[in-house]
Amino acid sequence: MRHLLSIADLSKIEAISILDTAIELARVSDGAVKKLPTLRGRTIVNLFAEDSTRTRISFEAAAKRLSADVINFSAKGSSISKGESLKDTAMTLQAMGADAVVIRHSASGAAQRLADSQWMSGSVVNAGDGTHEHPSQALLDAFTIRKHLGLGKSDLAGLSVAIVGDILHSRVARSNVLLLSKLGAKVTLVAPPTLLPVGVESWPASVSYDFDSVIPFVDVVMMLRVQQERMTEMYFPNAREYSRYFGLNSNRMKSMKQGAIVMHPGPMNRGLEISADVADSSRSVITEQVTNGVSVRMAILYVLLTGGSLDAGGN
Amino acid sequence: MSAVDLVIKGAQLPDGKAADVCIQGDSIIDVTSSYKGESVTTIDAKGCIVLPGLVDLHTHLREPGREDAETVLSGSKAGAKGGFTALSAMANTSPVADTAGVVEQVLRLGQEAGLLDVFPIGAVTQGLKGETLSEIGAMADSVARVRVFSDDGNCVSDPLVMRRALEYIKKFGGVIAQHAQDPRMTVGSQMNEGELSARLGLKGWPAVAEEAIIARDVLLADHVQSRLHICHLTTAGGVEIIRWAKARGINVTAEVTPHHLLLTDDLATSYDPIFKVNPPLRTEADVYALREALADGTIDIVATDHAPHPLEAKECEWQEAAFGMLGLETALSIVQMTMVNSGLMSWQQVADRMSHKPASIGGYEHQGQRIEKGSFANLVVINPTKLWRVDRDLVLSNSSNTPYHGHELPGVVEHTVFKGKQTVMNGQISRVGGK
Repeated sequence: MRHLLSIADLSKIEAISILDTAIELARVSDGAVKKLPTLRGRTIVNLFAEDSTRTRISFEAAAKRLSADVINFSAKGSSISKGESLKDTAMTLQAMGADAVVIRHSASGAAQRLADSQWMSGSVVNAGDGTHEHPSQALLDAFTIRKHLGLGKSDLAGLSVAIVGDILHSRVARSNVLLLSKLGAKVTLVAPPTLLPVGVESWPASVSYDFDSVIPFVDVVMMLRVQQERMTEMYFPNAREYSRYFGLNSNRMKSMKQGAIVMHPGPMNRGLEISADVADSSRSVITEQVTNGVSVRMAILYVLLTGGSLDAGGN
Repeated sequence: MSAVDLVIKGAQLPDGKAADVCIQGDSIIDVTSSYKGESVTTIDAKGCIVLPGLVDLHTHLREPGREDAETVLSGSKAGAKGGFTALSAMANTSPVADTAGVVEQVLRLGQEAGLLDVFPIGAVTQGLKGETLSEIGAMADSVARVRVFSDDGNCVSDPLVMRRALEYIKKFGGVIAQHAQDPRMTVGSQMNEGELSARLGLKGWPAVAEEAIIARDVLLADHVQSRLHICHLTTAGGVEIIRWAKARGINVTAEVTPHHLLLTDDLATSYDPIFKVNPPLRTEADVYALREALADGTIDIVATDHAPHPLEAKECEWQEAAFGMLGLETALSIVQMTMVNSGLMSWQQVADRMSHKPASIGGYEHQGQRIEKGSFANLVVINPTKLWRVDRDLVLSNSSNTPYHGHELPGVVEHTVFKGKQTVMNGQISRVGGK
């Protein structure tokens, strides 16, 4: 594996291997000295052409815990904001000897363009491209589900997951549908018809417009952020109506299965897609997702840059 | 009889018969089974097909304004190389061709290049903004004698503006060439809306955004009894509407581009913007519907929508990239491949769809004539059995955004004759600067 661009490029075995490697690497994060020498002398560039806090920090922490040198390159105050093309940015990074580029970009396919072009030779990690994919988020979500539901190192067969909200514009949803179904989970997409893409029938997921009919039967409820700009684009009449039908509040949470968990990739709109008491409830694993994100991203960088995975029980 | 200027010997005419075509000055003086007399120049065209010079109703020549992408001269060279003897220069230049001054400038540049006729198309609305009619009458009365008006690149989306434009051009027998794209339904659109756009996370350009405008405009054309031409039809649904309108007797014609006869939306999977074009590449079912419609005459003509862009406009992220692809140098080969070699159309029909009909829609008097005594000598000689490989570094256009780079295509343009003079000889441009 040289790049991580889309979950579609991963086999089930490769995905499981990343998750297993993350379990091993998580021990480093739990230790007193949170560092491994594995990537010493390697340079990883965080190319964030779109604003991001948690993903960038998470990748930065992951790279540093593996002792890589990290260069952060953000849109604001950089050559990108001066209109530099992706090609020129990539060639600059190549000239600086980047071994891997972690790219977040508002254009769908930007990571693939970087990987397919002759502009640079390092590994490319897609940290979210437009409305296409966010593979590291899906991997950390799968990791969190596996860990929290006590599944050890097995796949997710037999589990039911609802992904609720703006599926149309969500790269998190796209990557999760691909990964969770690959791992054997049954995925249901819950959204108003306006926020589901044309052709969603061909996705490995079922679709429901009725949150209440789905919620009692799932092990995981994954809520998606509703972007502010959707409010003015007539995808639904107004925020209150959206919240009433598709928001997760404590009342709705009561009908969830025992042991079922609530997830959210963040940042949350408290009071819109998720109420504050749900976000802070015992079912919520939202902060745990953030913690797990570092281990999973360590595993991604480890696998891409060393070419191997960590065996179970190794190290 | 003294020596004639040029004889094309032994070529197969569109109807399938072999003949010698004799040219004197700018005219065909004889078409005979065997010319025995003298000639200044003789083209041995055995095994080749001679067609009337191709006429493109939809070309972006970019001059004035974007000479880095194309000039009237470089576009004329590319056109001649592709077998064309007439191009129609779209109005979306900078400044926009919405005044007599600009269309006369483009006409003059075409005459200076001298490789083919360049017919300027006038903008329907000022600045292509869709709000106020441009000086349509002044352009029609100018030296350029503009008859085709189009805001191509933009849709004349306001129904009232469209109605007025359709009515106004009746004064001189003009035609409105509509770029059918509902702007509200296609804000930020990147590719055909469907299963693939959803998977790739690229904003969809739904077929209905094209079809809704076509449906509205055929009804408007019917209501005001005027003449409508639909640019670059891409959907099976659009074909159905045109078929219905023609059956009803509405005065509408339609064009299809070579790329929409061949390429499909799955090419976007690469995120390589060389395949980004407006209207977008559609599905395989659409492609087959378009081919069938071109063969049965529902779609009247092939037009290239030749859209040159500089390298940097394509060497970037998909959503940042410009829409459009080159078409002039590959059009005939793509039509041969998709329509003739597949058995859907004869060469006679190719002559009709790529020369006679476009000339007739545009009102281009000296173009698209039959290959017979007395016609203007605008001709193309092609070898249909030869293959050639497209090389973006060798195109004559100033730009290199061909989607066919590296592909082997059938049909080589050996000679192009414009007003009796060879503009292409053995596949090479032979003459620049007519006046």
